[in-house]
Amino acid sequence: MSPEQNSILKVSKLVKRFGGFHALDGLSFHVVPGEILGLVGPNGSGKTTAINVISGLYAPDGGEVVFDGASSGGVASHKLVHRGINRTFQVPKPFLSLTVRENIQVALAYGGATGTPPSIAELLEEYRLKEVADRPAADLNSAQQKMLDLTRALATRPRLLLLDELAAGLNPAELDWIAGRIKALAATGMAIIVVEHLMGFIEQITDRVIVLNAGKEIFEGTLATAVREPQVIEVFLGGEHAH
Amino acid sequence: MHNASKHLLFILAPLVVVFALLPGVYQNHLLLFNFVIFLILAQGVNIIYGFTGYLPFGYVGFFGAGAYGFAIMVMHLQTPAPLAVLVGGLVAVALGLLLTPLLRLSGAYFAIANLAASLAVLHFVANPALEGITKGPYGVSLTGTFNPTHAYYAAVIVMALTVGAVIYLKNSPFGLALQAVREDAVSASMAGVNIVKMRVIAWLASALVAGLAGGIYAWYVSVFYPDNVFSGEFSIFAIVFALFGGVATITGPIVGVLILYGIYNLIGFTTPQYFQLIYGLLIMGLVLFLPAGLVSLATRRGWHVP
Ligand SMILES: Nc1ncnc2c1ncn2[C@@H]1O[C@H](COP(=O)(O)OP(=O)(O)O)[C@@H](O)[C@H]1O
Ligand SMILES: [Mg+2]
Repeated sequence: MSPEQNSILKVSKLVKRFGGFHALDGLSFHVVPGEILGLVGPNGSGKTTAINVISGLYAPDGGEVVFDGASSGGVASHKLVHRGINRTFQVPKPFLSLTVRENIQVALAYGGATGTPPSIAELLEEYRLKEVADRPAADLNSAQQKMLDLTRALATRPRLLLLDELAAGLNPAELDWIAGRIKALAATGMAIIVVEHLMGFIEQITDRVIVLNAGKEIFEGTLATAVREPQVIEVFLGGEHAH
Repeated sequence: MHNASKHLLFILAPLVVVFALLPGVYQNHLLLFNFVIFLILAQGVNIIYGFTGYLPFGYVGFFGAGAYGFAIMVMHLQTPAPLAVLVGGLVAVALGLLLTPLLRLSGAYFAIANLAASLAVLHFVANPALEGITKGPYGVSLTGTFNPTHAYYAAVIVMALTVGAVIYLKNSPFGLALQAVREDAVSASMAGVNIVKMRVIAWLASALVAGLAGGIYAWYVSVFYPDNVFSGEFSIFAIVFALFGGVATITGPIVGVLILYGIYNLIGFTTPQYFQLIYGLLIMGLVLFLPAGLVSLATRRGWHVP
């Protein structure tokens, strides 16, 4: 495992409250460039909230987020995008009345991608959107909308990519294919955080997992060790079964 | 040819030529002037509603502010009319800036708050205590600048600029980003778009064109009361015309104004007794059967409408 000093993202004692409820309750973890980190935990444990705070949708109520050496908690999303953070959404959020191509064009024009921006033709090809490129995003099925979310994120050339249940709802062939794509992205040095319920998928692609329960990490290490940890088993079996 | 050049050549140029030449062959100049004013206002609604999704029910507030900006400059500073028109536009932009907090609201809440704001501006201007500045409820008379011919051509110029602005929005990453914000603000910010800035720019641009139109209107009519230039009919008509044609397009609001304002005047002249009825039914039919406007007749068939 790479040393913590090399981390591109470091989250310390992060707190996010909704009313009196602590959705994140002192969450700490880090991720290094090129690493695929799994974020797992039962429903409602705060995975999406963590992604929302890291991507600037919510300001933290406590603790610290440091991206690339600079504090990033509470910074507006579009600025974080320009710094190199991007994400997909658990429920994809494309610009429905715009065409697939236009969806990506917005991110290419405004994403502030550093270096050469990715080519739109390649993105469409690689994420299987070429045939629907000139159709409105509203015409896409849910798997395609997820891929569009992903290509919009990639068009901004992120160095940290947050994937919120990207694989949910994909068929086994698509799962294998997207697993390969995610690994290829990490191989370019991109740090990737993957939230997923499918343990097989998590096992296939992650280097390390953080197990979240009630807004706190209760385990950090490989998935193989996690499943032997009594506390982890308790959280999953006591709450909801892992698939 | 580049799309934007096509739009300039085949939409903007003919529109400007027709309205520049019509006064020579058609006697009812006031009617022509009103057409041009509604073309400006409908495109102004298009900029803010079509591209960002904010429905400006109090759009007339900017128009009235522009008219009074013009009047105050002319009455108190004897400013030449064209310069006073520009000031009218800037007054509307200032009002727009003042109202930017409204952009935090959405949907019906924004529409209602905007309506309330336009009424507040009306009552502010019409306040007898401000008689020394605005002439309060007693209205203004600007005989010194009266020149309908010049005012008409100024309106055609502003119409050209406004349609030009919409052509830009339709063909630029900027316009695309505005539409992205309208579709999903959160996703737009994840595409790197500064959503607050984009909304404010569109809002102020739509305020500017309405303010310029208001200033030119004041120039043209030269005598008016607060109730005239803050009449809710301007907002309603501009919105209905834009929606009827179809927003977020260049041609939709133009078609909407030409057809609906055309019919409006036709029934007004021929069968005034049925006027409200026919017009009301027409608008209801539109809302029920063509919620995305006339252009959707074509887009449904997969035809692209500029
Ligand atoms: N915007 C919000 N307002 C109120 N409560 C929220 C909000 N977002 C998330 N929560 C709550 O925070 C907890 C964690 O949610 P979430 O992060 O979505 O969980 P996960 O993604 O792990 O399933 C849940 O109890 C959820 O109801
Ligand atoms: Mg979630």
